[in-house]
Amino acid sequence: MSEPTVSLRHLLGLEGVSAQDIQVLLETGFSFREVLERPIKKVPTLTGISVVNLFFEGSTRTRISFELAEKRLSADVTNFSAGASSLSKGEGLKDTIQNIHAMKMDAVVMRHPVPGSTWQLSQFVDAVVINAGDGTHEHPTQGLLDMMSLQEKFGRLKGLKVGIIGDIAHSRVARSNIFGLITMGAEVTVCGPGHLIPPYIGELGVAVNGDIDEVLTWADAVNVLRIQRERMADGIIPSVREYRSRFGITNERLARHRKEVVILHPGPMNRGVEIDSDVADGDQAVILDQVLNGVAVRMSVLFHLLGPRESEGEPPLHPEEET
Amino acid sequence: MGTITALPREVLIKGGMLYDPITRESRKGDVAIKNGRLTEPGEIGADKAKVIDARGCIITHGFIDIHAHFREPGREDKETLATGSQAALAGGFTRVCVMPNTDPPIDGPEGVRFILERSEDLPVAIHPVGAVTKGQRGKELAELLEMKAAGAVAFSDDGEPVQDGQMLRRALYYTRDLGVPVINHAEDVRLRAGGVMNEGALSTRLGLPGNPALAEASMIYRDLLLAEDTGSRLHVPHVSTALSVDLVRHFKERGVTITAEASPHHLGLTDEAVRDFDTHAKVAPPLRSEGDRQAVAGGLRDGTLDCIATDHAPHTVEDKEQDLIQAPFGMIGLESAFGMAHTTLGQMGLSTEQVIDLLTSGPARVMGLELTPLEPGETAELVVLAPDEEWTFTREDIHSRSRNTPMLGMTFTGRVRATISRGSWFTCR
Ligand SMILES: [Zn+2]
Repeated sequence: MSEPTVSLRHLLGLEGVSAQDIQVLLETGFSFREVLERPIKKVPTLTGISVVNLFFEGSTRTRISFELAEKRLSADVTNFSAGASSLSKGEGLKDTIQNIHAMKMDAVVMRHPVPGSTWQLSQFVDAVVINAGDGTHEHPTQGLLDMMSLQEKFGRLKGLKVGIIGDIAHSRVARSNIFGLITMGAEVTVCGPGHLIPPYIGELGVAVNGDIDEVLTWADAVNVLRIQRERMADGIIPSVREYRSRFGITNERLARHRKEVVILHPGPMNRGVEIDSDVADGDQAVILDQVLNGVAVRMSVLFHLLGPRESEGEPPLHPEEET
Repeated sequence: MGTITALPREVLIKGGMLYDPITRESRKGDVAIKNGRLTEPGEIGADKAKVIDARGCIITHGFIDIHAHFREPGREDKETLATGSQAALAGGFTRVCVMPNTDPPIDGPEGVRFILERSEDLPVAIHPVGAVTKGQRGKELAELLEMKAAGAVAFSDDGEPVQDGQMLRRALYYTRDLGVPVINHAEDVRLRAGGVMNEGALSTRLGLPGNPALAEASMIYRDLLLAEDTGSRLHVPHVSTALSVDLVRHFKERGVTITAEASPHHLGLTDEAVRDFDTHAKVAPPLRSEGDRQAVAGGLRDGTLDCIATDHAPHTVEDKEQDLIQAPFGMIGLESAFGMAHTTLGQMGLSTEQVIDLLTSGPARVMGLELTPLEPGETAELVVLAPDEEWTFTREDIHSRSRNTPMLGMTFTGRVRATISRGSWFTCR
């Protein structure tokens, strides 16, 4: 039996990715999950493949998760982290693109503050590009790991009722979840402060409900987004107290609902703001599963975008050049 | 594709239809030019004259663009008065009003004179627009009366709106007797926030900051109220939303003496052009929804909007190869203006003659400029149009120093075959 493959060259977002491709990525994710439970967690799949993790925005968690996934697959890993300062110094996309080109990397995992930056990168380099979060656009591997966690918990995605709670407008996690879940046949309701719900979000196929309790009654699972402290500093969210009482996932609130709603959070959490510590650490939360699934599904993505080519007997991506 | 050279001593444009936007009459007949002036065909030697085969073509008055950015002084790497004039000529334009957001801005009579002196020998006539406020900072009124006396045809802080309503009100009162318009780039910058594209389903999908239609419409509403209050001439540039068209229509019905323009890119493109994060499609005001696009075209059709103006805004390759947040707003538009406008307005049922009006008599009326009569003895200020010619817009068609446009590769119906102006001519291959 031949390995199932995906029709993607890059992973830039979940918008437009077929249900079949998502299915394959999740299934392989579960296989790698098993690898990760073994005593020897490393497989030689990507030996000789070079991957650079290019992070123009601080994100320890996502970077470590990718790095771990790459190393478990035996890829050669290079890390490059640069704060927003290097961007403001004029290290533009063009330079990045040309550097990647010159370094003859096989894959680039990029986190960048500007929506579309990974798409632009993919237009100009030969390397496989994986979006690790481009501004407020998409974070496709987060979407995949969230779906993997839901699949693990419920055994299905089709027909599943998922609430996404919080600052939808500024959330790449929300977008990737929406695109992926809708494709997989789940129902999605977004919930949050009215001014943090984009006015046209309904056109993405989701319902909008500002009442968190109604959403909790309806949902099988809710994905609780991180509230950026800046929103409070900007005066966009009046206070922690008000946010917590209206939209926070608190123990009291969950206690009012008989149903066991599954709680996801992409991290890092603001405990005591969008989610109570007790909830985050409680039985309903799958937050730590998400972390493990994150590594597994990133291995799956790397495997499918970089691995099968060679196993099919095609030439290596960058054969040694004669000098 | 085409070349710009000195106008031959004698030119005969044969077999075309002459359309006069002053009289709105068409007639068949050859057009003869001798020493840069219109003459009777019998007056020139048929053997010596350069002949343009104009069968199937319309010969008419050269186009007037009342909204262009030629970047001189200060950003001559993007465009100069000279290179901008070449682009204009290639687009069928014989007169261009240049916006004052240069470096330094044109905010006094010296600046106005600088522009006029620098453009004396150019193939198109350049009309400077002066700034409304000193340095375009919106704080102090500029020397509007001196600038008018020096030759400014309008006032605008274009690029930036005059946010302060009191400032704009004063500017309107101050210029009431001058008979020239104040042009306010209408966007509420707070509502626009960091918007880099139209706010809609697509901006939501792409996660890009959206600029809502109401950021423009609410500012236009304020400006129209000020125009009504002061009785002064206000001109609304680059109307891009259905809401704005409705507002202009409403105030015109109330008898307020306002004028308004639409840009070709708002007629032929929608926010879908930003789909692939193309910085060339980043423009202010942004490309809008299909409904807005149709409403703007409808506004030109029913006379709510008075003219087409390009908002030609050159930027360097380096500027536009940045990401979407950092890249500047604007696209070039002179060379593609007629093709784009004629194609999209033609689909809306407008005749070629109506499109010509929107590029000649319409803008002339807005700016108080006189058209040159198409009569023997008058200066030849002409464009030759092939209304049925289908052509693909390519890099070779660009004469501007910059090439930032999302329209490359688009196919248009209607092409500029030749432009004759001030002793030069552009001829299309
Ligand atoms: Zn403007």
